[in-house]
This record gives sequence, structure tokens and C-alpha cells, in this order.
Amino acid sequence: MTAPEGRGFAQDLERLEQIVRRLEGEELDLDDALRLFEEGVERLRAARERLSTAELRVRQVLGTQAGKLQLGDIDR
Amino acid sequence: MGPSLDLFTAISPEGAWSVAELTRRARSVVEAGLPAVWVKGEISGFKAYGSGHWYFTLRDKVAQLRCVMWARDTQRLPAAPTDGLQVFAFGLPTVWEERGEFRLTVRHLLSTEAGGLWQIAFEKAKAALVRDGLLDPARKRALPPYPRRIAVVTSADGAAFGDIVAVVERRWPGAELLLVPTRVQGDGADREVCAALALLSRIPRLDVAIVGRGGGAKEDLWTFNSERVARAVAAVPVPVISAVGHETDVTLCDLVADLRAPTPSAAAAAATPDRTELLTALDRWAGALTRALAAPTRHAGERLERVGDRLTSVTERIMERFGARLSAGAARLDALSPLRVLERGYAVARDGDGRVLRRVAQFVPGSAFRLRVTDGEIPARVGET
Repeated sequence: MTAPEGRGFAQDLERLEQIVRRLEGEELDLDDALRLFEEGVERLRAARERLSTAELRVRQVLGTQAGKLQLGDIDR
Repeated sequence: MGPSLDLFTAISPEGAWSVAELTRRARSVVEAGLPAVWVKGEISGFKAYGSGHWYFTLRDKVAQLRCVMWARDTQRLPAAPTDGLQVFAFGLPTVWEERGEFRLTVRHLLSTEAGGLWQIAFEKAKAALVRDGLLDPARKRALPPYPRRIAVVTSADGAAFGDIVAVVERRWPGAELLLVPTRVQGDGADREVCAALALLSRIPRLDVAIVGRGGGAKEDLWTFNSERVARAVAAVPVPVISAVGHETDVTLCDLVADLRAPTPSAAAAAATPDRTELLTALDRWAGALTRALAAPTRHAGERLERVGDRLTSVTERIMERFGARLSAGAARLDALSPLRVLERGYAVARDGDGRVLRRVAQFVPGSAFRLRVTDGEIPARVGET
């Protein structure tokens, strides 16, 4: 399983902070607490995934054509 | 053909030279007899024309020298000199025939003051940037903590981009690096850098930009001291890190950028978080998450305990209330117990299968039966009548 594309590391970390704060601060019933906990575990996993499996993408900007960015590969 | 150059022909009015002839002669003598030289003096009467040509006088306490510097040479200089400036001028002594004027055609000009013309240009441009508020510290934008798209405006050939790739690959490989290639030195490099910077605003979802080059000679940094480049940096819609690769000289580009890094590698490190540190931080978050769950779990446990306690006390009260009635009932039950009846001297007769023998007819003469008394059983037999 890979980290969801739509959100980034920042969002995962932010949500994680929020979850921990809610768990610590609010009187939650056990069901809600467990649900939050599970989401927190999922966010942690996704964040770790992003850090461990990422491979740097490097390209060069050739210009723009009709408002669209023209990208090219770079020999490394 | 002009008149003979024989000096004797000029000793009478009949052999008079024209002004043009003499000045042309003077020009050839001067140009042939005086080499290109460095001259030291003070600038006065400076005048720059729209064509790009400069006219001025070099003077010292004793003499003056008219000077001209053509546009093809003035355009290589960062700024025009000002009257009173002490300079070294390199040029060819000549005679300007139309004016009959001895003068120096200046090819190069150096200020003798610290930093020279570069410094003058720098201060002028800086003052303009200050006036427009571009150096206001409040303009500085914070760098995004976890950038996903990073653009780099630099030369495709220099070491700068390779250095940046290496650092980002190690620290934050989840990012995407986009090189916007441009020349960074030489004539017209400032225009190219400006065009590259302008392109940044058309890159979607860009988080941060690095502009710069590896180290270079002081003159090579001029591109990044151009007011035009500085203004282009200020116009970039995302935070910009300047990395001009010169420890001692701060360029205008550095001043306008949101952050100044001493080298391209340092810029890359400033632009990205460190993966190793983040993994450690995530471990701490995992701990925090588990500890945070402990609170709701404990609350639930405590509630369960409270309910349990109440259940126990309710049961106890019920038991108390019914206890008395229960023992009274028990006494009555006890009184009715067959064992108590046997105690009083009664006996129960049962056949071999344990059936109670209640009537005479059930006792077959000679048959065996058992007699239960209060402290045990006795085997018995019905007598013959």
C-alpha cells in the first residue's frame, strides 16, 4: 500500500497532531477514541511511507507553450 | 594628394598647410608615438549621451585631458562614474581633428576607490530597491516546511544544480526538482535570469525557488547585482532562496530574496526538511498517539468500574432486604424436612427400587424391604402371618 497521492506529508502530520490533541483533550467515548486512534495509525503509516519509499524526481523546464509547462528529462 | 610634407615648403605662406592637414598630421604623430596607456586622474565634466557614449575630462593639479568612451566599452561597466571620482583610465591617445583636440579614447575605466564602479552601481540600485520597499524585512516570506515542488534557476552546466540535487535526494527525496536553466554570467545573462525568474510564476503548485550559481569571481557575480534581477526575484510568487555562492559579497539578489544561503548546497538544505529527523519525530508521534489513547480507555475503564460498584451495592441491598424473610422461610422449611420427622421416631419403608411402601398391601409376606430411620437404613423382611 502506498501513501495517498492527493494529500501530502504536511497534511498527514497536521491531522496526526490534531488527533493526538483531541484524544488528550476531549472526553471522548471509547468508540470515537478508537476510531480516531485508527485514523492516527493510518496517518502515521502514510507519513512513514512517504519518507521511506520516495524517489526524487528531477526534470527541467523547457518553457511554456500555450500556457502549458514543457518539461524535459535531465541526464544525471 | 596633399602638399609635400617637406618642412621647407612650409616656411613661406605660399606653402601653408590646411588646418585639416595639420591636425591629421598631428593625429598620426600622436597615434604612432604614444602607446595605449593607463592614465590616473579625477573625473570632471562627465556627460553621458543617449547613444551610450561618455564624454569627460581627466585632470590633476596641473593639466587636463579630454576623454571619450564609446558605447561598446561603456556598456561593459556597471555604472557611470561621477565627477570628482579618482579613476584609472586605459586608452589610446589621439587627436580629434574636428575640434583640434588632443584626447584619450578610453577603453576601460577603474575606480581607485574601494569596490570602484561596481560599488557605485550597487549603492545606486540598492537605494532604488529601498525606495520601493523591496528590502523591507516585513516582505520576507517563511519557507514552506514540507515542499513538494522546488524550482532551481541556475546554469545547466555549473556544479550548483548537481550540488542541490545531491542534498535534496538525501534529505527530502519526496520532492520534485525542476531546473529552469539560464546563463548566469556574461553579456545578457541578467536578462536571461530575469526571463527564467518570470517563468516561475507559470509553474503550477510551486512551493519554493532557489536562484543562484556556484562560486565565481567578483565580476562574475554582477548578474546577481543587477537591479533588474533583484526586481525579478521580488516578483516571484513563492519564497525565494538566493545562493550566489560568494561568502563575502552580499548581492542585491541576496538582499531581496526571502533567505540568503552561502552556497547552493546550503540553499537546498534550507529548502527541505531532513528525512531522518522526521522519521524520529514520527516515532515520537506514534508514542504520543498511544499515550493519548490511554486517557479515553482509562475513562471507559473507570466508568465500567463505577457501574460494577453500583451493581454490587444494589445486590447487597436486595440481599439485606430479603435476608430476614429468607431465614424465616428456611426455618419453616427445616421444620417440614422429612429428616426432622424421622428424628421424632418415625421410619420410612422402601422396597429394593426405593419406592416408599405406604400400605399393607404393598408388603408381600417374606419379601425384603429397607427401613430408613433417622441415623441410617436397616434391611428388613416381611414376616409370615
